[in-house]
Amino acid sequence: MASQTAATVRRVGVRIGLRTVVLVYLTLLLVCPLALVLYKTFENGIGPVIDSLTTPSTQHAIQITLVVAFWAVVANTIFGVTAALLLVRHTFHGKRTLNALIDLPLAVSPVVVGLSLVLVYGRLTGVGKALAGIGINVIFSIPGMVMATIFVSIPLVVRAVAPVLEEIGDDQEQAAATLGAGPVQTFRRITLPSIRGALAYGVVLALARSLGEYGAVAVVSGRLVGRTQTLTLLVQERYQNFDQQTAYACAVLLVLTAVIALLVSRLLRPKELTS
Amino acid sequence: MTSSATVSGAGVGLREETHPSPPGPRRRLLQGKSTAVELSLVMTYLSIIVLIPLAAVVWRSQSDGLSGFFHAITTPEAASTLKLTIVSSVLVAAINMVMGTAIAWVLVRDKLPGRTLFDTLIDLPFALPTIVAGLALLTVYGPNSPLGVNLAYQRAGVVVALLFVTLPFVVRTVQPVLMELDTEMEQAAASLGARPATTFVRIILPNMFPAMAAGTALAFARSMSEFGSTVLISGNIPFKTQVASVHVYNQLESDNVTGAAAVSTVLLIVSLVVLVALDMLQRWAARRG
Repeated sequence: MASQTAATVRRVGVRIGLRTVVLVYLTLLLVCPLALVLYKTFENGIGPVIDSLTTPSTQHAIQITLVVAFWAVVANTIFGVTAALLLVRHTFHGKRTLNALIDLPLAVSPVVVGLSLVLVYGRLTGVGKALAGIGINVIFSIPGMVMATIFVSIPLVVRAVAPVLEEIGDDQEQAAATLGAGPVQTFRRITLPSIRGALAYGVVLALARSLGEYGAVAVVSGRLVGRTQTLTLLVQERYQNFDQQTAYACAVLLVLTAVIALLVSRLLRPKELTS
Repeated sequence: MTSSATVSGAGVGLREETHPSPPGPRRRLLQGKSTAVELSLVMTYLSIIVLIPLAAVVWRSQSDGLSGFFHAITTPEAASTLKLTIVSSVLVAAINMVMGTAIAWVLVRDKLPGRTLFDTLIDLPFALPTIVAGLALLTVYGPNSPLGVNLAYQRAGVVVALLFVTLPFVVRTVQPVLMELDTEMEQAAASLGARPATTFVRIILPNMFPAMAAGTALAFARSMSEFGSTVLISGNIPFKTQVASVHVYNQLESDNVTGAAAVSTVLLIVSLVVLVALDMLQRWAARRG
């Protein structure tokens, strides 16, 4: 009896100890930094925050960020659905390799992403010169930034859509085909409605990643203030130029975006991915 | 936030047994054609954005021959930056293995009040831009630290930044396994007289291990390649706090493209090894059932 009580006490002790360690760790690593950023930003009220968010350079950075993220998400959504359909609905040699290749970008350093694009599309390369010849500058301008953003967020839509495509099977698609529907009609009327939730989830993930990309964009954009500066680049540049108020205000804007994306993605996350 | 995508991407291989049911001859022909079209579209896209550029990095890294490559990665600065990156990534992976499992455990098994909030918070490092993470950490652990802890421009600062960005990996791989894990086995062990510690080591740990290893490998790979979060807090001091990605960036800025490509190639090889190891681990775990 006594030993059983001792065991229970020990058990409770372990549980409370573990709980404390976890809470302290999360507080020091996550909660404190975020809380302090919010505090620092609103230290002098909301006025200075609004002022820093409405300066022309911040407005421009917001606009560039949105433009780059928009095109990257559009491209990756089309690619993501195509690749997911290919991987789930078709049989072909090298499927496993393709599957692995799609995940590859997640393991590549953002700086290496930037470097790799500069090496192929830079102004001194053959491809870069050819493209410049027809009026397209890739590096140090928007197209390169879009490509870098696409690179880092390639797997997100594919990985959100593929499990759901697999789950729903292709009975309905086959039935539609038997009844004479073409591939486009089948996709629009059968496939798309059933993957809508998963697709929205993937798009939110890709959008959040695109809005927040820093390293890859830092390399390919050349950090041209007032021209190719995105919000994340602005945060770093303002902080290092001792304009902390703007740096913190933009950081909080990005934190809010991230939190909203996180909450929306939680709502949208397909059941197949939650369990 | 990319957690679930990352983890599921690496974790859930596409089940290969669910092929579409065998199509008729005409459909097979059509299907074959559409497979070819889709495959070529997907491969073109991947080639333009990912494959050709990465091949260019590897190609460029040995443009001065293999000896040039080895020279570039063994210059004192490159060697010290690679050493710092590897050592801190191993440390960060180890801490994540322990803390990530502990966090997953508390989230699943301990009826902690407010655990939904913490469960949501765990994903935040993935959703947050890395530069913002760096700024937030510098605010708490920088020169004006309200806690009186100044880790700025120190290696410990780099480690903290890496711990922040890698937090979700192990939690998100171990958590689903723990949720699925039947407590019946544990009860059986306990009723047969096993002490809690024995039950943990003999029953729970073996079940969690593949997930822990997978999460740790992902955390390691991410640490090796991290850039944004370390930029502000590390101060990027060569021979002290400069991580490999920052080194690559600086080499590129100072027009030493071959040197940048050489260190990048080392990073790519490490990523590739980790991905292959993960794939093998998953196959092994799947076979084991």
